[in-house]
Amino acid sequence: MSRVRVYQVAVVAGFVLVLEALCVGGVIDKVTMPPPHRIAVDFVKLLTTKTLYAEIGKSMANVLLAFVLAYVLGIVIGTALHGYKTLRDTLDPLFATYYAIPVFAFYPLFIVIFGLGDGPQVLIGFLLGIVAVIVTTLDGLDRVPGVLRKTALISRLTPLQTALHVTLPFCAPYLLSAAKLALAYAFIGVIGSEFIMARSGMGYEIGFAYTNFDNATMYPLILLILLISVIVNSALSRWERLLLARRGRQ
Amino acid sequence: MTDFRRTPVRNAIVLIAGVFACWQIAYWLVGDVALRSPWQTMRFTVELTHTQLFWVHLANTLQAFAAALAIAIVLGLLIGFGLGLHRLSADALEPMLVALYSIPKITLYPILLLAFGLGMSAKVAFGAIHGIIPVALFTLNGVRGVRPILLKTGRVLKLDSIAMVRSILFPAAAPEIFTGLRVGFSLTLIGTVLGEMFAAQHGLGYLLMNAIGLYNVDVIMSVTFLLVVFAASVNGVLLAVDRRLHHRA
Repeated sequence: MSRVRVYQVAVVAGFVLVLEALCVGGVIDKVTMPPPHRIAVDFVKLLTTKTLYAEIGKSMANVLLAFVLAYVLGIVIGTALHGYKTLRDTLDPLFATYYAIPVFAFYPLFIVIFGLGDGPQVLIGFLLGIVAVIVTTLDGLDRVPGVLRKTALISRLTPLQTALHVTLPFCAPYLLSAAKLALAYAFIGVIGSEFIMARSGMGYEIGFAYTNFDNATMYPLILLILLISVIVNSALSRWERLLLARRGRQ
Repeated sequence: MTDFRRTPVRNAIVLIAGVFACWQIAYWLVGDVALRSPWQTMRFTVELTHTQLFWVHLANTLQAFAAALAIAIVLGLLIGFGLGLHRLSADALEPMLVALYSIPKITLYPILLLAFGLGMSAKVAFGAIHGIIPVALFTLNGVRGVRPILLKTGRVLKLDSIAMVRSILFPAAAPEIFTGLRVGFSLTLIGTVLGEMFAAQHGLGYLLMNAIGLYNVDVIMSVTFLLVVFAASVNGVLLAVDRRLHHRA
């Protein structure tokens, strides 16, 4: 193990141990947080009993849907927009201020328009993610060397072929960062909306468990969401680093 | 020079006009059930600002936001400079910070509520956890990007850590740090308002959530509008300063 890895393991282990000590020692009372070993036991129980599978499946399906929509449409829009400089310049301030806008504030409007179903939740996750994908795609396309574009021209590729075979493959590392962002936003959008107002889903169950002081359900569910997002995120990061290393730019 | 300054203004005007046009069209499509027109919203917003209660909520939100932002900036800078000065810590902890940055912090909210109880401190904590990591990450990257010759000069002059940060690292990394503060500002604001939406008895987020419960479209539209205007205008100013700093550097 490298020194860096040892350091990281030590930090995580230290954090868990301190929490354990604080909980067992009574500094953090049981109503606030069960000790980590208890959470681990409850976590295994959550995964082995099937009571919440439907809720977990529903939330994950919505997260996936929001992610796919934001990712695909974001790349399509980003690629299309790249050719139109004036339009892009005009939209630039929107992109720059977009993440300062609390998109969740629109959730009530969406509920009124689309009803209290999955639609508004997916829409929030989609809206949060798409701009990050567009901006990252544009950023990647800006870095395509002129010689590649010229080669595409000489080969008489249509704009669509150029995008599919030349420019987008070149942007692969950027598209991976875009995927990370879109996924994080899809999680935030869907779970957050379920928290604010919904009738089912993981966010709803967490809120429900919270109001009932049901820490045996709440903590494992939170842990599950955190684990999924961290694992997927690090897998994408690793893939991104591999791609960059292969191109000898790191 | 004039050209350089005029284009952003023109873009902003075109963009705002576009947003209002889309809004009006959406209103025509959806109707009074769920939306108000831009004109109605602005009229109701003016009405809202004449009520006493609105100012109480606004003051409460601003207070929570200011506290959260102060915590986010102080802790973010401390973490950023701390890691920036220690290579191994930075290598080990930066990926962990990035992973933390990507987790849906919304899921942590019930834990914060249990730890801090309903009210001001939970809101402040929720706002702060949104802002700390971006400030820390941008500061760390800024500190790392400082040219080695400057660091060597500092070492030759036998500066201690504090003097090093104050007279070399901070000025050299200022543009990056400012970008971090800008991003931290937006995220802290979102965090604070979200915190108010989930559980609070005061603040604009509470006002919004309450309006949802009562199905008061006028209030929903006005509060959303005010939040967007506030966030967008402050961010616009910060962005302009940010660009100037980066240009100079």
